[in-house]
Amino acid sequence: MKDTPLSNCERDFLLKAIEEKKRLDGRQTYDYRKMKITFGTDFGCCFVDLGKTRVMAQVSSELVTPKESRPNEGIMFFNIELSPMASPAFEQGRQSELSVKLNRQLERCLRNSKCIDTESLCVVSGEKVWQIRVDVHMLNHDGNLMDAASIAAITALCHFRRPDVGIQGDEVTVFSPEERDPIPLSIYHMPISVSFAFFQQGTYLLVDPCEREERVMDGLLMIAMNKHREICSIQSSGGIMLLKEQVMRCSKIASIKVSEITELISKALENDKKARKAGERCGFAESMPQERITALKMDETPVEMTDVTEKANDIVHNADAPPQMVPSPVVPIPGVGQVGQGVQSTWGLEEDDEGEEEENDNSGEEQDEKVTRMEEEKLESREGDVVEISDSEEEEVVILNPEKVSKNTGYTSHHKGAAATQKRKRK
Amino acid sequence: MEVYGSSGVSLREFGCEQSLLSRPDGSASFIQGDTSVLAGVYGPAEVKVSKEIYDRATLEVLMQPKVGLPSVRERSQEQCVRETCEASLLLSLHPRSSLTLILQVLHDDGSLLSCSLNAACMALMDAGLPMSCLFCGVTCAIDTEGRIITDPTAAQEKESRALMTFAIDSKEHRVLMSATKGSFSVNELQQCIAVSQSASEKIFQFYRDSVRRRYSKTL
Repeated sequence: MKDTPLSNCERDFLLKAIEEKKRLDGRQTYDYRKMKITFGTDFGCCFVDLGKTRVMAQVSSELVTPKESRPNEGIMFFNIELSPMASPAFEQGRQSELSVKLNRQLERCLRNSKCIDTESLCVVSGEKVWQIRVDVHMLNHDGNLMDAASIAAITALCHFRRPDVGIQGDEVTVFSPEERDPIPLSIYHMPISVSFAFFQQGTYLLVDPCEREERVMDGLLMIAMNKHREICSIQSSGGIMLLKEQVMRCSKIASIKVSEITELISKALENDKKARKAGERCGFAESMPQERITALKMDETPVEMTDVTEKANDIVHNADAPPQMVPSPVVPIPGVGQVGQGVQSTWGLEEDDEGEEEENDNSGEEQDEKVTRMEEEKLESREGDVVEISDSEEEEVVILNPEKVSKNTGYTSHHKGAAATQKRKRK
Repeated sequence: MEVYGSSGVSLREFGCEQSLLSRPDGSASFIQGDTSVLAGVYGPAEVKVSKEIYDRATLEVLMQPKVGLPSVRERSQEQCVRETCEASLLLSLHPRSSLTLILQVLHDDGSLLSCSLNAACMALMDAGLPMSCLFCGVTCAIDTEGRIITDPTAAQEKESRALMTFAIDSKEHRVLMSATKGSFSVNELQQCIAVSQSASEKIFQFYRDSVRRRYSKTL
């Protein structure tokens, strides 16, 4: 499905508004939208709401053999899934340009910045290491997917606990969460991506562009930074020339935003930890807003099943008994099976009757034919001038009067009659 | 075989939120216990020429697992949901157009298919698509002692001998779709259908309550 195109009026309006330092949702130039971080029921599941943009990240782990070049390092795998739920323009199972760009940026932000200690993921050097897989699902696209994805991914990684392993000699045992408490990953720092949209060849700058703003922007600058003000990756796309001062200004803004977001993440993680420790119910079901009019919740309800046994018995008793005998297949030649031959026909048709009817029909048709032929001759004598005869002896061109066709019932007989009259005439 | 009292025969607490996403034409999240599914609907919209059907709308159902890419399991569940939706939607009112239903698994703690069906129905309602009837999904498990458990959790599913999911329509409480796993007798099947039919009344009452709340304009 195609995306709805942006009209020229909308484009002009948006650009005019940006020139006047106004944004559609009433934000200031450097404002982020409202951010909400929630966690799922299991470890390593995180939802991030950035305005209307909604992203889910899920971390999972698996024991695999390491790469030969790095025998004692765990493997990090990132996958951004642009689900068609987020936008009708996204297609399932197809690597679009945007998904490649986002995947690459997330990899550079989280893997290449070495924020996760991959050596601690080694179980047996050269044989078994943990592979940490991060799946990021886009649920609703309202701009700035990259920031939401990077926040969701790093929060999910912080929240994730991998199963504990024990090594005894050559044997590796993976303990279930009931046996031993799962272990969190060791994370050195938290890189967070901050996006800047540029308009009018870099004259105007906006933080956290929404979907409409992304459509009219000229260029995008993504800076991944941690709270120690270290730049982890920086990417400029869209082909605009940026001045040194602009990049410096952006990195300053990014450092402020990153420290704010990091604080929010740690607060969210702490709240979740407290809730889990207190044994409260946590997860998606609990985070569902109750005060909204579109949401409703119902408590556990028993199902009435007093008459279920009787009902089921009734149905089974009243149902037709299944055929006990299976017709045994007749085998005319070895290797060939056949079912249903030699059984009396139950269609209720008697062959004799049919034959008689056919005969009657035939006689009727013949009579009709005679009648039409006679009529034909009469008509022919009246409208003889309609028939044209070509010069050639072989070819016979016949022009039939359409009115005549409608009068005559038997079409073939009429045709024959016409041909016959022609020949007669020629003679 | 005997059906025991209320133990096991209950539906976990369930909740629903409609139109929570801004982009899709209709969206809903459905929660049964810890199992939760998010559904989004796009359409009626233009359709690819290769998928066009001249006298009705093309319905596409996509199911996204939480980890990894969709596999055979998701494909089979997609088909179950699609066939149920096709049975209840009035597709001939939108010929040569496309309807897309996307289901995202948020957490799987048993009865995933029935939760998907419920989320799908709520999302279709939210999108305002014409339907001949509503539908809901109920999962029944038969444990090793022959007891029927409705809306089983993942642990109960694992221990069960047979697992059945039915889609039931709101008009006559008939079975629209059934998906079964494991072995069971004819009598057990009929009992499970009867249980699902009585459980479906609770779910339809919940549908009605949530729609009433939505249009009541008061909390």
